[in-house]
Amino acid sequence: MDTRLNEDDLAFQTEVRQFLSEAWDKDLAATYGNIATMKEGVEEWQTRLFHKGWVAPHWPVEYGGTDWNVTQSFIYNSERAAAGAPEVLPFGVTMVASVIIAYGNDEQKKKFLPRILNSEDWWCQGYSEPGAGSDLASLKMRAELDGEDYVLNGSKIWTSYAQYANWIFCLVRTDSSGRKQEGITFLLIDMNSPGVTVRPINTIDGFHHLNEVFFDNVRVPVENRIGEEGKGWTYAKSLLVHERLNIAEVASSKRALTVVREEARAEINGGKSLLDDPIFAKRLTDIEIELMALEFTELRALASISEGNPPGPESSLLKIQGTELQQAIQELRMDVAAYYSGTLQGELTPAGLGHNFADSAQKLYFRGRASSIYGGSNEIQKNITAKYVLGL
Amino acid sequence: MNFNLSEEQVLIRDSIARFVAENYAFDQRNVVVEMKHGFNAEHWQQFAELGWLSIPFAEEHGGFGGGPVDTMVIMQEFGRGLVAEPYLATVMLFGALLQAGGSEQLKGDYIPQIIDGQLQGAFAYLERQSRYEMTDVVTRADKDGEQWILNGEKTVVLNGGAAEKLIVLARSAGQQSDEDGLSLFLVDGSSSGLQRTVYRMTDGQEAATLSFKDVRAEAVIGTVGDGFGLMSPIVDAARLAICANALGVMEALNEKTLEYCKTREQFGVAIGSFQALQHRMVDMFGACENVKSLMLRAVCAAQDDDADARRSLLALKVMTGRAGRMIGGEAIQLHGGMGMTDELSIGFFVKRLMIINSLFGDADYHQQLFAALVNIPASSAAA
Repeated sequence: MDTRLNEDDLAFQTEVRQFLSEAWDKDLAATYGNIATMKEGVEEWQTRLFHKGWVAPHWPVEYGGTDWNVTQSFIYNSERAAAGAPEVLPFGVTMVASVIIAYGNDEQKKKFLPRILNSEDWWCQGYSEPGAGSDLASLKMRAELDGEDYVLNGSKIWTSYAQYANWIFCLVRTDSSGRKQEGITFLLIDMNSPGVTVRPINTIDGFHHLNEVFFDNVRVPVENRIGEEGKGWTYAKSLLVHERLNIAEVASSKRALTVVREEARAEINGGKSLLDDPIFAKRLTDIEIELMALEFTELRALASISEGNPPGPESSLLKIQGTELQQAIQELRMDVAAYYSGTLQGELTPAGLGHNFADSAQKLYFRGRASSIYGGSNEIQKNITAKYVLGL
Repeated sequence: MNFNLSEEQVLIRDSIARFVAENYAFDQRNVVVEMKHGFNAEHWQQFAELGWLSIPFAEEHGGFGGGPVDTMVIMQEFGRGLVAEPYLATVMLFGALLQAGGSEQLKGDYIPQIIDGQLQGAFAYLERQSRYEMTDVVTRADKDGEQWILNGEKTVVLNGGAAEKLIVLARSAGQQSDEDGLSLFLVDGSSSGLQRTVYRMTDGQEAATLSFKDVRAEAVIGTVGDGFGLMSPIVDAARLAICANALGVMEALNEKTLEYCKTREQFGVAIGSFQALQHRMVDMFGACENVKSLMLRAVCAAQDDDADARRSLLALKVMTGRAGRMIGGEAIQLHGGMGMTDELSIGFFVKRLMIINSLFGDADYHQQLFAALVNIPASSAAA
């Protein structure tokens, strides 16, 4: 049993810190943080990572990944989060790329992986439908073979950043005769194809990141199919496990908690720092203690994966606890902002509003409500854990 | 980075698991706790023969030189079986204090006896008024020539009935709650002026109230006036040990509850098929995994003497208390009426968790220590 960092690890940590201090600068953080310029910010950040060779650390080296071990991945992720730098958007690098690498053919790998790596393509995910949420396998979007093309009709919903994306990966129904999990096919679709339209969905956090995507007789060449027809559910399922691991975002929550602590320290109520309020201190330390546990739960999962075990259904627990903690921190921060948590900054500056973090606190609080819904709601995760871990 | 046990640790774990499987079925345990002093003296001899009593002691005294991971392995397995023998009191507290502060003569005399299973000990630190503040001590130690005379009372002394030797915390100088001026004394259990009132704890183990009237100490353990400094790291190691014990208890409770829900039928189906119960069991499983993660964190930090060791230990003690309460309550609830009875082992496991929560300070107490550690300096920053 050993969790110490050796000399190589410490040297790597120094290299990561050095890189982050240069690559994640104030200007980039401002560009990234503003919804109007976010697309530019994402592409610039991911390009800087690409030039360093770190945009897709978990990929096999032959496709542009790294050979980091568990400890290095942990160090990178901790340092990145501590610096306030975001994770790479998952839709391309993590989600569709994992499927292409595992199940795609050589042509597809050659065509798509380099363009994911250098951020030339922006991918979005087409899984959920208006009638298929937690019961994803009941999806209905039709794909019918017509010569060398599939012809698609239907719609996908909750599609993050579809307004920026030029590619979408979709689960579509190619057969409705058997079990609902069968007859699902995994397709890669050019968003510029005739018949694709995107409708924005405005959300309670005041941002536009979600969309509904409509497909009206959209033609997709068969060569854009991953693997076999009807096997899409199997491919997608393997991906969901990875997705859940990522959603926990323990390192980012650690940073968020540090921020809240300092903000609370500076808030004075009745002449005392909020940190001296025993009820507030209890809430804060409840979260910190659970986060310390979850950090090691994640390490245990990573160590197990590095020993060759597949990421297990335990990742559902990480998803549940990770998102509950994110939400607890967001809620705490909103409460720190007191009266200002109900204000809308709009065009004002923080100084004009009179409070420097209330705006982000309430937006993140509302945006954060989504984390226990997406990636399979936490209730679905409990069903999965009950079935596959507890054997119920 | 790895969380694997060494080969030796796996061997210890497996041998304790075998012992538990052979000797600690529910009806066997009921017989054990009815025995004199609440444990089986033959088991204790078996522990000695299997080398378990030697594990934390230095090799020069015949010990194994084990560390926090070894202790975790042992105590966790003992927890899974709800083992009643007084390993904590005799080995982890009395033995560890002797090893840390005893003279070479004392160590040479007594540690081999502990290892051979020939000596039972106890650590008497608590007093009626002290609650969780271990520095709140009014038992007096006064010097009489070369000897020390003890007067006062110690409460809830675990293994206080069987202990042949005691280590007693007493005040040799200073005010009631001062850290300085506390000293540790070795006292023979048959000393004149020492009176024991022996009783049982809810989980079957024995404890005692000890009253001291002009009792002559056999020796000083450590330096006079610095007893608190000597005992603090040992109490911390004991905290780690009891959390590991609680983890084993929680694992056992979860396994038993899961098994019950898979077999108990109502409305014509196993009750484990009901989603309302499934989600509760997932929460129990998650709570136990949290404790396991903090356990590994604390034990690795202790092993490496890491800067994060104290924070991790406090977090572990808080979460062990909270998760233990939750898992215990849920285990009773999911067993329905049977969970209320002495006909199942569930209640006895739950009682052990309750005792562990209050040992050395409960979850709330440790959370205050934790908050003071991580939020410093709140007031000074505000001012």
